[in-house]
Amino acid sequence: MHRVKVRVVEDALDANNTIARANRDDFDRHGVTVVNLMGAPGAGKTALLERILGHHGLGAVRAGVLEGDVQGSLDADRLADHHVPVVQLNTDTGFGGECHLDANMVRSALPALPLDDLDLLVIENVGNLVCPAEFRVGEDARIMVSSVTEGDDKPLKYPLMFRACELVVINKIDLLEHVDFDLDRFEHHVDAVHPGVATLRVSARTGEGTDELRAWLARLPERVTAPA
Amino acid sequence: MHELSISSAVVATAVRHAKGRRVTAVQVRVGALRQVVPDSLSFYFGIVARETVCEGAALELELIAARLRCEDCETEWAAEAPAFRCPACAGAAVSVVCGDELEVESIEVDTEAACIA
Repeated sequence: MHRVKVRVVEDALDANNTIARANRDDFDRHGVTVVNLMGAPGAGKTALLERILGHHGLGAVRAGVLEGDVQGSLDADRLADHHVPVVQLNTDTGFGGECHLDANMVRSALPALPLDDLDLLVIENVGNLVCPAEFRVGEDARIMVSSVTEGDDKPLKYPLMFRACELVVINKIDLLEHVDFDLDRFEHHVDAVHPGVATLRVSARTGEGTDELRAWLARLPERVTAPA
Repeated sequence: MHELSISSAVVATAVRHAKGRRVTAVQVRVGALRQVVPDSLSFYFGIVARETVCEGAALELELIAARLRCEDCETEWAAEAPAFRCPACAGAAVSVVCGDELEVESIEVDTEAACIA
């Protein structure tokens, strides 16, 4: 038997990144800015979208949602109730249900998306603090939602997720008095793993701080007009 | 369990470079800053390699420690805790020297064995 070594030196996720760039090109061609929204299950990602996008909450910025879940359309139904254009993407066709969205899954959903009628598309990723951080899907910016009920140590436990975003949204601040969560310590930990990243303190339930998040999203299209 | 997706990507990369030859080993570099569990990657690799030229191939993982560098004061250090501010000047402009790899470095192929798809 004759064995030879073949040099490869290729990022294992090259194929995903190539498809992500194709998605990005399609989004750019339609003038749609795309946000990848990530966070743990129950962090309040969908509740935030209901609060912020519901009933044309971004005004002139026409926003839609691509809803990623392992199974079912519960979140998409909630957003549709708030008159947000939404397309559901389920990952349970794979081996037990993928724990994240990848570029190819998003690509498969493109035909269902009304891209011509949108300025902003929010892709709500599968709730998970590990896997989604590894896979680009063609987004312009990534937001991660972390809620005060999850504990203030999370940035140190899931540094990749906190590094793979341009904005950290701290949700459920209306519950601060009921939980042992030190906001300053949390923001200190965020700064340790991702120095200088922007943070916003919000409550999807009461609406506190959500105007700032709306403003951040509304400004995003002009900030990313030059593709990276 | 994104190690399943990553294993599939590793196998696909190896198959493409094998050009029909049987693969006996796949060398992959995994940086400490990636949240990849080596045992899990090996487990799924064995499964997704089935019925490909990688079936039975050894997955050899090289774990790369993280080194960071401050762009302001040029300090370079080995990062063990998740701390990305410069320990010397507290600057935020820090780049990763190494430790974020997830790279198929090479494969070993058997040039005489019968080819399968």
